[in-house]
Amino acid sequence: MIRVVDLHKAFGGNKVLRGVNFRLRRGETLVIIGQSGCGKSVLLKHIMGILKPDRGKVFVDDVEITSLREDELHAITRKFGMLFQGTALFDSMTVGENVAFGLERYTDYSREKIKDLVRENLAKVGLRDIENLMPYELSGGMRKRVGLARAIAYKPDIILYDEPSTGIDPIRADAINDLIIRMKKEMNATELIITHDMVSAYKIADRIGMLYEGKIIEVGTPEEIENSKNPIVQQFIHGRAEGPIENW
Amino acid sequence: MFPKVKSPLSFVNAFFEGLGEVSLLCVKTFKSLFKKPWEKGIFIQQLEEIGVRSLPVVSLTAAFGGLVFGLQTYVGFHRYIGPGSESYGGPIISLGLSKELIPILVGLMVTGRVGSAMTAEIGTMRITEQVDALFSLGADPIRYLVVPRTLASFIMLPILTIYGDIIGIAAGFFYNVYMMGVNRVIYIRNTMMYMELWDLFSGLIKAAVFGIIIALIGCWQGLKAEGGAEGVGRATTRTVVIASILILIVNFFLSKALPADIGR
Ligand SMILES: Nc1ncnc2c1ncn2[C@@H]1O[C@H](COP(=O)(O)OP(=O)(O)O)[C@@H](O)[C@H]1O
Ligand SMILES: [Mg+2]
Repeated sequence: MIRVVDLHKAFGGNKVLRGVNFRLRRGETLVIIGQSGCGKSVLLKHIMGILKPDRGKVFVDDVEITSLREDELHAITRKFGMLFQGTALFDSMTVGENVAFGLERYTDYSREKIKDLVRENLAKVGLRDIENLMPYELSGGMRKRVGLARAIAYKPDIILYDEPSTGIDPIRADAINDLIIRMKKEMNATELIITHDMVSAYKIADRIGMLYEGKIIEVGTPEEIENSKNPIVQQFIHGRAEGPIENW
Repeated sequence: MFPKVKSPLSFVNAFFEGLGEVSLLCVKTFKSLFKKPWEKGIFIQQLEEIGVRSLPVVSLTAAFGGLVFGLQTYVGFHRYIGPGSESYGGPIISLGLSKELIPILVGLMVTGRVGSAMTAEIGTMRITEQVDALFSLGADPIRYLVVPRTLASFIMLPILTIYGDIIGIAAGFFYNVYMMGVNRVIYIRNTMMYMELWDLFSGLIKAAVFGIIIALIGCWQGLKAEGGAEGVGRATTRTVVIASILILIVNFFLSKALPADIGR
């Protein structure tokens, strides 16, 4: 479904991605772990065509997307729903307008139908009667849910999550994990999730990959990762300060 | 440890880089003008923001611009041509105001009010990933953010300028006739005799160009903002500086390029 081949990206002298390779299969949930600032968000943005790589290719359903023009990308971004790290809700719009945004641009549903779908999708993430609130009136956990409702409203094939459980308390974080698992069952979606929260990773992943120094250094099932011989993977999943990873 | 000293070459570099980026944005914006969907809501909201909400500022600056201009023209005629010649100030005031002063004042005021706000708003959207979110939800950021602002600014600047012309010319008239006792009939007759519609019109052409400059610079700086809230603040300042300077420079070349009068 998604194939990333030898992806390179630098910002000025900062070489963030240095040859990323991985595959995401249809119906699978792949979790990518890695330290803060190692380029996880940058990687996600390449998969949707938000950023263009310096080198390398991204295939989505066998279409190579890095060379597409902006108007050709429309059909590609339609396949994706993305929950952004800071939710990226449009703060000049109500919750309802936020959730309706993708529907208005990706479908030609009537106003009434969109309104129904907004309500339905908010209900899916456990929210009711908040269409007329502004994003700043919501708590962090609620914002994440609204962000998710907005991303899934137009029924994308692939859902991308950028640190869905970061920045909210452990209980709400776990509720988000449950939501991710339920989304997958209900929508039959393929998921790519980025996190540095190992508890979530084990709970939701079919496979886990670790991004380190611009490369995916290991991919495997949660058990395989847990029993990895790679000292870098071991240090990360156990959250130890000592080890091969420099801690500042 | 030591602040990095920038070579003059890096400024030249930055200049051409900026020029390239703005030109590209300009081309993209123009191409997107004709693509659907047409973001009517934002366009109307921007018309109001740029037009209606700028009226108080434009009223004040145009009124006081007209007053001082009237004041100095009076002094000039009084001193160099002699008492009684002050009524010839009328056409000069209307010419100077409608061709130069009002378009520039409106351009600078709207830069301060609206250009900076465009950068702040789009810059905040940029650093909170809302611009990426637009893209991911099927709205091209240029078509969604830049096109309606540029179009609204292009339309509203000339309208604000006409409005400012009326206020400014009235203020010049008020100063000369009611404060300095210049003969009202002769002042009006002189103005009507020498003033041309083209004077007003060439001012409006300038204003429309300034409108495009303001919106493009404001959006460009917003879209490339980085480095958190502080970065957005810096980008906002840059917008005001760059757009103001550009307006003054472009104004000179437009004055040079546009014919002084037509149909004579
Ligand atoms: N648009 C950008 N311009 C310049 N540098 C960037 C940009 N986006 C990300 N970076 C840099 O890339 C690196 C990786 O960032 P990111 O992918 O956000 O990390 P994370 O793994 O925490 O999501 C960071 O050093 C960041 O400063
Ligand atoms: Mg990130």
